[in-house]
Amino acid sequence: MSFDKKDLISINDLTKSDIYYFIETAKEFKKISLKDIKKVPTLRGKTVVNLFYEPSTRTRSSFEIAQKRLSADSLNISISQSSVTKGESLKDTILNLESMKPDAFIVRHHESGASYFISKITKASTINAGDGMNEHPTQCLLDIMTIMEEKSDIGSLKVAIIGDIYHSRVARSNIYGLSKLGAEIYLYGPYSLLPRFKDSRNVKIARSMEEAVKNADVIIMLRIQKERASYYFIPSIEEYRNFFKLTPNLLSLASKDVIVLHPGPVNRDVEIAGSIINENKTRILKQVENGVAVRMACLYILLGVQKN
Amino acid sequence: MRKLIIKNGIVVDPVTKTEIKRDIYIENGVIKDFPREKTIKGAETLDAKGLIVLPGLIDMHVHLREPGFEYKENIKSGMEAGVAGGFTSICCMPNTNPPNDSKSVNSFLLNKAKSINLINLFTIGAVSKGLNGASLANIGELKESGAVAISDDGNPVDDSSLMARALLYAKTFDLPVISHSEDIKLRGKGVMNEGAVSQRLGVAGIPNIAEEIAVARDVLLAKYYDARLHIAHVSTKGSVNIIRRAKKEGANITCETCPHYFTLSEDSLLNYNTNAKMNPPLRAKDDVLAIKEALLDGTIDVIASDHAPHSEDEKDTTLDDAPFGIIGLQTSLPLTLKLYREKRLTLTDIAMLMSLNPANILNLGNRGGIKNGFAGDITIVDINKKWVFTKDRIKSLSKNSPFIDMDFVGLPLYIVVNANLIKAN
Repeated sequence: MSFDKKDLISINDLTKSDIYYFIETAKEFKKISLKDIKKVPTLRGKTVVNLFYEPSTRTRSSFEIAQKRLSADSLNISISQSSVTKGESLKDTILNLESMKPDAFIVRHHESGASYFISKITKASTINAGDGMNEHPTQCLLDIMTIMEEKSDIGSLKVAIIGDIYHSRVARSNIYGLSKLGAEIYLYGPYSLLPRFKDSRNVKIARSMEEAVKNADVIIMLRIQKERASYYFIPSIEEYRNFFKLTPNLLSLASKDVIVLHPGPVNRDVEIAGSIINENKTRILKQVENGVAVRMACLYILLGVQKN
Repeated sequence: MRKLIIKNGIVVDPVTKTEIKRDIYIENGVIKDFPREKTIKGAETLDAKGLIVLPGLIDMHVHLREPGFEYKENIKSGMEAGVAGGFTSICCMPNTNPPNDSKSVNSFLLNKAKSINLINLFTIGAVSKGLNGASLANIGELKESGAVAISDDGNPVDDSSLMARALLYAKTFDLPVISHSEDIKLRGKGVMNEGAVSQRLGVAGIPNIAEEIAVARDVLLAKYYDARLHIAHVSTKGSVNIIRRAKKEGANITCETCPHYFTLSEDSLLNYNTNAKMNPPLRAKDDVLAIKEALLDGTIDVIASDHAPHSEDEKDTTLDDAPFGIIGLQTSLPLTLKLYREKRLTLTDIAMLMSLNPANILNLGNRGGIKNGFAGDITIVDINKKWVFTKDRIKSLSKNSPFIDMDFVGLPLYIVVNANLIKAN
């Protein structure tokens, strides 16, 4: 098995077997994080630039730890202290960094398509760590990995994705990735936050929370951003909480082995009842743990495997 | 009254599209097939010989002014006007003070109506908080506490993006959005239809297109977002044409007109009659004809009164100064019956326009038909009764009607609602 693309921009860059290859590789790397000495020399001599134009806790630290555990040299560009604040364009920033011969850019940007743009002007591998409302492919891979640890066949699962689908790069990558693996996906949220155009046969719009959650094997809750109320998408956070929050009662309609995922950061008691998290019914921390392994796998596959 | 038999009336049922002389039986407020045994013990009987039995009339566009403007109207006086007009259900718009944009106001209205226990009240919640067009009201909360639709009636939703998301968000809760479609800046300071009459009177006019531009926008939005839209008080030929075409193209829209738009024209304002000032305004004769045609061909789904009480003092002023609006609950049916006598509408059409269609649009649950299992809401009308709409017959607290002292033919005599037989007139 090999993967010969330079970049990971969209989950659609991966075939079904690519996805399994990434997950299998991640499983191997997960073992490293469980060892006493959490470091292997795999990416010794490789330089990785972490370019985060947006705040991030999980994704950023997870990529950095992945790099350290693989012995790569990391460079963290802090946008607020960079020449970007002096008005340097994205293109010039990349071309200048490119001259320092990095092997990879890890890019988080508030504009959709920014990672793609960068991948086209650099010889280095580019990994999309979230671009605008477009995609977050490594989140999708870690979600799939988390699901596969408990469910044998993704093709037989009902997956509910609930919340602000429209603005969610996590939802978009998960819809593409999980439907590629054959899962039946139910989306629910206010219509003002649902996608308007159907792009996969496996995806259905549920008419109610109950319909979305009923017999679901996996529920992925999304974060609602408070500022959505000011652009008319929702009336208020109070109303969102009343009608779109995952509650213990709703959860009881799901399959008895249901697992609940959330990409974080969580607004407790807005999109999900705090008690569901407190009673360990979610896999949020498992997702974070697998995030490191998945990012190690991505770095290894894009940088470490000898390519022809 | 737990059991009522209405005998010998001509029963008009728009569900089965029948007008047949037959008896009907209502038990505990629900229409029932007659039981096999001939005699029903303990039943009250009403002889409706020579009378028309309609499914209880529903006025889906009423302003009750409570809370906030109780000197114009209150829930009780509005309901009494509804009874006298033959209505078993009325739906109140949210432009009160405070406006009905929250559970607390909505529950207040419904609880008050329940305590009055006269006819059914259904509430229409606000689209935007405070009706200010700046942010969505808590629409889910309004639905959960009983609202059957949302509307910023009186204040058109100016911002297309807010209207778009209101349509989408309301769709989540399967609530129709009722649009007061008007380009408010184009209306400007207009007080009546813009045309020869406004020019002659030397007053600022409201052009047809102030309505039509907004109707076109709202229809486009509803079509694009595949959402449920009901357009209130359609008054122009242009609006009718836009809606007719959109319906042909499959848009999920409905609309209403009001009796004054198919009865009166802008000529009614020739003596600066403030009781003929409403918004949208009385239009030209061409428009009046187009509204009648649209009722006939089904483009217009509903006749609603847009009952808008204003006190005598408020109306007793210049045309510029007087507020928009007229009362309509007691004149709605008689004015509509004129179209029956002109042979434009059948009684079944009238039952559709004033009962079944509003029930379906607002999802009022088994109303609008006279069939086993439907709510026992009934309006019994003497369609040949000659009477004069004198001021002292008005049950509303306000008397702002251009029809005062007009001769009418056709009067509701009884209504049946919530297992009560009530004398209407």
